[in-house]
Amino acid sequence: MAYFDYANGCPVDERVIEAMLPYMTDEIGNPSSVHSMGLKARKALDEARDRVSDLINGKEGDIIFTSGATEANNLAIIGYSMRNKRKGDHIIVSSIEHMSVINSCKFLQKNGFEVSYIPVDRNGVVRIEELENSIRKETILITVQHANGEIGTIQPIEEIGKIAKEYDIAFHVDATASLGKIEVDVERMGADLVTLSSNDIYGPRGVGGLFIRKGVRIQPIIVGGGQEKGYRSGTENVAGIVGFGEAAEITEEEYREEAKREEKLRDEMIERILDGIEESYLNGHPELRLPNNVNVRFSFVEGESLVLSLDMEGIYVSTASACTSKTLEPSHVLIACGLKHEEAHGSLLFTLGRGNKEEDVDRLMEALPRVVERLRMMSPLYKKKS
Amino acid sequence: MYSEKVMEHFRNPRNVGEIKDADGVGEVGNPVCGDLMKITIKVENDRISDIKFQTFGCGAAIATSSMVTELAKGLTLEEALKISRQTVADALGGLPPKKMHCSNLAADGLRRAIVDYLKKNNRMDKIKELGLEKELEKMEKGELDDHGELCEGV
Repeated sequence: MAYFDYANGCPVDERVIEAMLPYMTDEIGNPSSVHSMGLKARKALDEARDRVSDLINGKEGDIIFTSGATEANNLAIIGYSMRNKRKGDHIIVSSIEHMSVINSCKFLQKNGFEVSYIPVDRNGVVRIEELENSIRKETILITVQHANGEIGTIQPIEEIGKIAKEYDIAFHVDATASLGKIEVDVERMGADLVTLSSNDIYGPRGVGGLFIRKGVRIQPIIVGGGQEKGYRSGTENVAGIVGFGEAAEITEEEYREEAKREEKLRDEMIERILDGIEESYLNGHPELRLPNNVNVRFSFVEGESLVLSLDMEGIYVSTASACTSKTLEPSHVLIACGLKHEEAHGSLLFTLGRGNKEEDVDRLMEALPRVVERLRMMSPLYKKKS
Repeated sequence: MYSEKVMEHFRNPRNVGEIKDADGVGEVGNPVCGDLMKITIKVENDRISDIKFQTFGCGAAIATSSMVTELAKGLTLEEALKISRQTVADALGGLPPKKMHCSNLAADGLRRAIVDYLKKNNRMDKIKELGLEKELEKMEKGELDDHGELCEGV
């Protein structure tokens, strides 16, 4: 088998599982309990917090643990905007954000906020001038992802951070796709709020975090017993958080070398696909790209049938087009990049990880040209054009 | 997500291709929505003697096309017109709800191929008798389908 779907599902590192196990069996204290077992759990949380913080150079703020990146994005955007609405009611967001960002903004729109969606160029890079031009005196928050999980494009995040600072606007960065792939340094980014995910760095699922810079005020969206300094109530997922901390420490030590390895594999994959299959095109930026991302579109065929065909060969990939979504709309990211609907429908997303080897690429290239050809032979569009 | 029968038709689609000297051609779908289907038929004594399909689309679109050709082969035109989207879905052991609408166009494609055949043979009486005037109207207007407005973003 060859698995190219790490962005959608990542294995948990054995060392992480090892670190988590005691917190599911023996160290069962609740961090809020005053007895010594509670204290031990509290210490484990603090240690995990430090480790995650170290990975992103987060000493000028706090990490709040959440149930994942979706909750962290909700907390950052809704929590910040609700808390600061007296300062203004305008938010700026890129048009290729994750749905948890887009839908947080849409939620705010329904609640009286105004949102500007900033377009991207054909490679998926946010148009900075348009971003700057859309700033008003009511603007309180700019939210732009560090890198796009679907097309891999890395944003000019430091430049956007400088603009936010110049206009004294809070800056939220969704670093879900970039953490553990490229450097995430909240100081260099100039970010006030940063979304982090555990599973994307080989930690357990169901855990994420939000970096909140000192002095930045947000309102909780989950209320209750006041855990996580009141920002996120609910008994802490101690084992999961310990796992996230362990994964962060391992990532800090190992990601640079791994990124180099994956980048080589990525470039080889892109070259072999584009060379080996006619009318195939790279989506996303050719250089400013995550080391583990390959997104290619194939004319005249549809993505889901490619995924199913590759699945039959033991090759696991994703469609970039959301053809199984309720509306059957293709990916909003690809459409924002200016692709036609039929082009967006024919795109495949490959995301690499630690387990991928050269042989996986060989295996893919043995099957992919054949699969594309077979579906093209079935396609009425192919005939018309050739 | 899909039934075994759908996957079986996806893996081994029946009657793929295009009949060169077809008696009737039916096209439905919309590449914008991610689906386009072309059905070609040969007709002898008002019976479908041969049928082939070409499809651009997801797994369900390919499987429903394949199934409709299998169901329709050998049927009289009247019998073939009774094949509905539901007939096709049932024959495939069901389809996921969201695929029932956009990706299950094969029966419509077949109907259009039959209308095209009747029209080419100047059999307007038959078209009227079978209640296919509306379909013919849409085809003459060049409307590919009637579900475009339901696909958001189009």
